[in-house]
Amino acid sequence: MAQRLQGMWSRIIAIAAVAAFPLLPGVPEFWVTLGGYIGLSSLVAIGLVLLTGVGGMTSFGQAAFVGFGAYTTAVLTTQWGMSPWLTLPFALLSTGLMALLIGVVTAKLSGHYLPLGTIAWGISFFYLFGNIEQLGRYDGISGVPPFSIGPYSLINSRAVFYPIWTAVLIAVVLSENLLDSRMGRAIRALRGGSIAAESFGVDTARAKLVVFTFAALLAGVSGWLYAHVQRSVSPSPFGINAGIEYLLMAVLGGSGYVLGGVLGATIVTVLKDQLQNLLPKLIGTGGNFESIVFGILMVAVLQLARQGLWPFILQLLPQAAPKAIDAAAPVLTHREVPSRGTPLLVIDKARKQFGGLVAVNDVSFTVNGGDIVGVIGPNGAGKSTLFNLLTGVLPATSGQIYFRGERIDGLPARGIAGRGIARTFQHVKLVPSMTVLENVAIGAHLRIRPGVLASMLRLDRDEEKRILAEAARQLQRVGLGEHMHKPAGSLALGQQRVAEIARALCLDPALLLLDEPAAGLRFNEKQQLAELLSRLRAEGMTLLLVEHDMDFVMRLTDHLVVLVFGSKIAEGTPAEISANPQVLEAYLGGVE
Amino acid sequence: MSDAILKVSNLSVAYGRVEAVRGVSLSIPHGNIVTVIGANGAGKTTLMNAIMGVLPSVGEVALDGKPMGRSLVEARVNNGLCLVPEKRELFSTMSVEDNLRLGAYRFGSSAVPGGLRDVFARFPRLEERRKQEAGTLSGGERQMLAMGRALMSRPRLLMLDEPSLGLAPLIVKEIFHIVTDLRKAGVSILLVEQNARAALQVADYAYVMELGEFTMSGPAAELAADKRVIESYLGLGGGRH
Amino acid sequence: MNSTIALFLAQDGIINGAIYALVGVTLVLVFAVTRIIFVPQGELIAWAALTVAALEAGAVPGTAYLLVVLGAAAAALELAREWRELTARYLLAMLATDLALPIGLLLAVIQLAPLKLGFTFNVIATLALLVPMGSLIYRIAFQPLAEATVLVLLIAAIGVHFALVGLGLVFFGAEGVRTTPLLSGTFPLGPLVVKWQSVSVLVVTLLVLGGLYVFFERTMMGKALRATAVNRLGARLVGVPVRATGRIAFTLAATIGAVSGILIGSLTTIYYDSGFLIGLKGFVGAILAGLGSYPLTALAAVFVGLLESYSAFFASAFKEVIVFSIIIPVLLWRSLTSGTHHDEDEEV
Repeated sequence: MAQRLQGMWSRIIAIAAVAAFPLLPGVPEFWVTLGGYIGLSSLVAIGLVLLTGVGGMTSFGQAAFVGFGAYTTAVLTTQWGMSPWLTLPFALLSTGLMALLIGVVTAKLSGHYLPLGTIAWGISFFYLFGNIEQLGRYDGISGVPPFSIGPYSLINSRAVFYPIWTAVLIAVVLSENLLDSRMGRAIRALRGGSIAAESFGVDTARAKLVVFTFAALLAGVSGWLYAHVQRSVSPSPFGINAGIEYLLMAVLGGSGYVLGGVLGATIVTVLKDQLQNLLPKLIGTGGNFESIVFGILMVAVLQLARQGLWPFILQLLPQAAPKAIDAAAPVLTHREVPSRGTPLLVIDKARKQFGGLVAVNDVSFTVNGGDIVGVIGPNGAGKSTLFNLLTGVLPATSGQIYFRGERIDGLPARGIAGRGIARTFQHVKLVPSMTVLENVAIGAHLRIRPGVLASMLRLDRDEEKRILAEAARQLQRVGLGEHMHKPAGSLALGQQRVAEIARALCLDPALLLLDEPAAGLRFNEKQQLAELLSRLRAEGMTLLLVEHDMDFVMRLTDHLVVLVFGSKIAEGTPAEISANPQVLEAYLGGVE
Repeated sequence: MSDAILKVSNLSVAYGRVEAVRGVSLSIPHGNIVTVIGANGAGKTTLMNAIMGVLPSVGEVALDGKPMGRSLVEARVNNGLCLVPEKRELFSTMSVEDNLRLGAYRFGSSAVPGGLRDVFARFPRLEERRKQEAGTLSGGERQMLAMGRALMSRPRLLMLDEPSLGLAPLIVKEIFHIVTDLRKAGVSILLVEQNARAALQVADYAYVMELGEFTMSGPAAELAADKRVIESYLGLGGGRH
Repeated sequence: MNSTIALFLAQDGIINGAIYALVGVTLVLVFAVTRIIFVPQGELIAWAALTVAALEAGAVPGTAYLLVVLGAAAAALELAREWRELTARYLLAMLATDLALPIGLLLAVIQLAPLKLGFTFNVIATLALLVPMGSLIYRIAFQPLAEATVLVLLIAAIGVHFALVGLGLVFFGAEGVRTTPLLSGTFPLGPLVVKWQSVSVLVVTLLVLGGLYVFFERTMMGKALRATAVNRLGARLVGVPVRATGRIAFTLAATIGAVSGILIGSLTTIYYDSGFLIGLKGFVGAILAGLGSYPLTALAAVFVGLLESYSAFFASAFKEVIVFSIIIPVLLWRSLTSGTHHDEDEEV
């Protein structure tokens, strides 16, 4: 509680300090103006923080979205006589539509194609702005009216400082709310790669589109404000160089932190001003020296402090309070559990070929409700490939897979999650920087779905309470209750595996798939894991595990399937398997 | 020159805070096959990668009595050390022949024709497939290519990480025959195998690795008869029944 | 538009396309070996053209000083980062390549430039000044980031572009230059008047592409570079010094960049910041071809050249818009056909 109060106080002090800045006696007009520009840049940088540091994408073309906001309001106020305040919805609409359009095309692309696309349209829009008659070509549009309240025009920089920083404050609050919600967790999960997120039902393409559009809208608001602060617009502040400077702000400040965007905007804006004033005086010639400094700064930050500068400041601030868990929150609805002994998962001649290599060779078997079934075999026997076929990560070459009577081969990972199959990963896929609780909460992604807008406006608190209570419950169920507020990356490997099981349980699965759950665990960790899995079975859960460790599966499973070289060579109870001469020969076979 | 081609003293490897290999020492006499057996995750692959210089480690690795210090992988290759890794690490989009050629990188193009002749004599299958892309080979052919590529560098110490991995029993036999053949040709071999029975049959000396440490060692035939080894590594299911 | 104009535009487009092909192929090469999307290739091209122009005027080109700056920076940074690891032999080599060579070249150029020794000298001097820059830039900016993601490397590449453009202005000034072509004059070919200059650009381009083919298909070093791109660990295990492959790739990039710059300087006016657009157009070609195949990249780059040439005729104001917008439908097509793509972390 004390921590929370402390956090609140530091916020209030920060807001008061910003608000008081223009009023302080002796602060020159020039610095207030600069403060306004810092605010304008902060809006764009905050969007980029979400996009780059949180969502794992990036954009060099963000300045174009600023341009959309600016030109929209400039045209509407100068040519249609609208009031500056009233054009905000239009500015947002034009920017948002453009972002959706570009986002649909490019945001789905992984890796480097999105940023490359942003360079291309960043340049395109600059030339477009500069060549359209209605937009005044390269001269732009002048005579844009200032904001006004009643008869008072907000012309001087002390007056416009407040609308700008109010917008920044709103942006910070909305962004932090978004990150601290169901969709925010999905967006943050993108950094851990899309397979893990999709396996819990996250529509990663949509999550990317949401964050991309939100970032663009923040840039649009910045443009809208800019037009009325500057009172004119022209293409040059919306070109690719401006886009690169915005990205520098996000990277420099700390691309994983909302307030890092504000820090980065402050440093870059002040630095640029100083460099443009100072350096030519020192060196005696003109030139864009700031671009040399900025370029070097960008590379240096990436080399020396890839998390940016905000983490250094974060160390000085009081730590955020752990999330409150409301145990009384209504429980999320459960799906009905399949009855014991009925066929739950039926695999019929599943086959996967990679070129000339048959990784899974027409394998068939059935998993009955309430059982623990193990798939064993030497390394490279095709176990992991079979697992990927079951979870929709890889498409089968031929054969069929049925779950509760419904054919599921060919479904994407997301669809398989939606039908009640949850999984863990051989190589743990938790987002190390998120808390264990938040990681586990991603498991509940499909069970309750508060909207994005509701989340930003904090209207999702009831649902959020239920999600977090469920995540906490599952963590307690697996025995990790005391670690829930730690970052997932700080847990030992064994605990991380168990946390993955909690995340899978959070999906409320009818079938739990475990990919080599014992790999890399120490002896007592294995024993604890076996106890946990037995307990889950006793509670009615059905489990299928792919495992290398014979000792582990022999003790635990009801039924075993043995794969060797892609083919099933035996199946039966552990006792039958350990007496099977064919298994002995193939699995342990000697040379002669 | 000492009689051990490779001497590892007190070697440790850590991933972050976790020590995967802890204070391990071993030595490989010239022309011998030495095997390290152990459960999955015991640290066998990590040990090999550290000897090869792929992973940073603490401790000493000496080849022919000459400490390798912190020298790079390429320097160790040039000294006749060669690793055939568990995942083969072939150049999948390049032809079989190009893969083999690159094996002779340390000698340059001049060593290619002779090397190819030797490798094709040992693995006629590779000659049939010389124009084919490595990525389209079957599991057994991949292992042959990985071994062939290693032989192109004319190693004095060959390290094989799970050479029987994922291979059909018949091909496993073939691979082990080649291993014993290489020994006859004077190549020293460090062999890591989950197929402990086969490994102990071909090896001269063996170490048992558990949780990053050597817990037992001795002549391979002795270990193969040891009750604890039989229980843990040669029986099925840990021998609880 | 009559057929003469159409053919004239085609000639123009193909010639520009040839330059873009050189850029595109270089970007594919650098990306394959280092995963770096080397946006600043354009700056090297512009610097090469500006260097030739300065030499033609009998002046000491800015690149001669720049090379000294880059060499000193690379040596200083490497000392600061790795002084524990460096051997005496490596230090000596560093002294020679990073300090002695640039200073020697600078002194030589100061002596020789005013003599206006002519075309051959200008080309040799430009190559001598530009080629070492590739690996210097790599060592300064990218080598410490060798394990970073493509995204981080791309952001760093943009940072390098920013710094190099700024340096370009300082060392070359804002004036535009145009150099004398290797061959002048024209000859008729059917209805078309072909410039010898065009022929020379095409021939040089084809020679460079052919040279690259031989290098990658026939030589051990070329194969080693390809192998490093396919499987870095595999390459290390056969003894390829993968740390050096980045430098080699960048040296190749700088060499091709210098040649491209020498060619393009006679085709159009080049300013200190012209490189960015030239680089990006080559890049559009590389993206059209999926950042993978060399021949497809070259073809796509020629297409970009043609597209630019014809749009310059029909809608000159929107030339750049059209050229860069072409990426969007291609990306759309890729996003529709790519289906399930692997996680980045799965590929590593």
